Amino acid sequence: MRIGIVTFPGSLDDVDAARAVRVAGGEPVRLWHGDESVHGVDAVVLPGGFSYGDYLRCGAIARFSPIMSEVVRLAGPPDATSPGLPVLGICNGFQVLCESHLLPGALVRNDHRKFVCRDQHLRIERTTTPWTSRYADGEEIVVPLKNGEGGFVADDATLDRLEGEGRVVARYLRGNPNGSYRDIAGVSNASGTVVGLMPHPEHAVEPLFGPGTDGLRFFTSVLDAVLSA
Amino acid sequence: MGRVVVDVMPKPEILDPQGKAVAGALARLGFREFAAARQGKRFELEVEGDVTPEVLERAREAATTLLANPVIEDVVRVEAAGA
Repeated sequence: MRIGIVTFPGSLDDVDAARAVRVAGGEPVRLWHGDESVHGVDAVVLPGGFSYGDYLRCGAIARFSPIMSEVVRLAGPPDATSPGLPVLGICNGFQVLCESHLLPGALVRNDHRKFVCRDQHLRIERTTTPWTSRYADGEEIVVPLKNGEGGFVADDATLDRLEGEGRVVARYLRGNPNGSYRDIAGVSNASGTVVGLMPHPEHAVEPLFGPGTDGLRFFTSVLDAVLSA
Repeated sequence: MGRVVVDVMPKPEILDPQGKAVAGALARLGFREFAAARQGKRFELEVEGDVTPEVLERAREAATTLLANPVIEDVVRVEAAGA
């Protein structure tokens, strides 16, 4: 199982994401933002960080990098019901997915205007995605969260549609850390293959580091999905 | 050398934390005339020749493709500098 991890200039969590893939039993494949191909990987992770220094808007420049053109093509149209390449965008990766229009909405500066870094309680609400199939519906987990521009926003019609179609993947519990509308921490495209998540499951995959191992199943889930595909 | 100015503002319905911070600082400094503030972006695009209607059209295209994210921002002005 080869899982690609994209490194943009300014990515921070690419090494942890690659490690999480390895801990889960997959083979991480490091991809570079200038690559024109994903080198045949079975899924792609867009990691956290500050791609291109967050210039213009978070993720706005990364969205037009050569590798993203290929990721957008392979992921398929966001409203298609047939599955495309599984893509998980974490934090800055979520911002890149929204800027790419693979996911609806946008991420803006935290409503309280401060960077937030803490262990965050989440409820997993969509388990029919290649990234969350090993979680139970409604399961509560704790993973680290760290962002300055993590407020998920969209117009009411879009939010209603996301909730109506069951595309909210994770919601914040025990307090909204960044002003995200309707406490939304993660969303998916229609088929569920593309998932964006503001918190960081890749920092919670080993018992000695972080709040536990609740994040590991994002990476074991995708191995199941690739095997059964 | 011509120049095109593009102004981008956060949509009214989108929370603007930077504008709120500016409004708060203004009030603390005694500028109590200003009830609220919103903060946007100004881009200046230089072209080799004159700013023709074609150049302005391309600038509008650039504005909606890259300079602004239409989900959260509006392009409120695209015009030749000094116009």
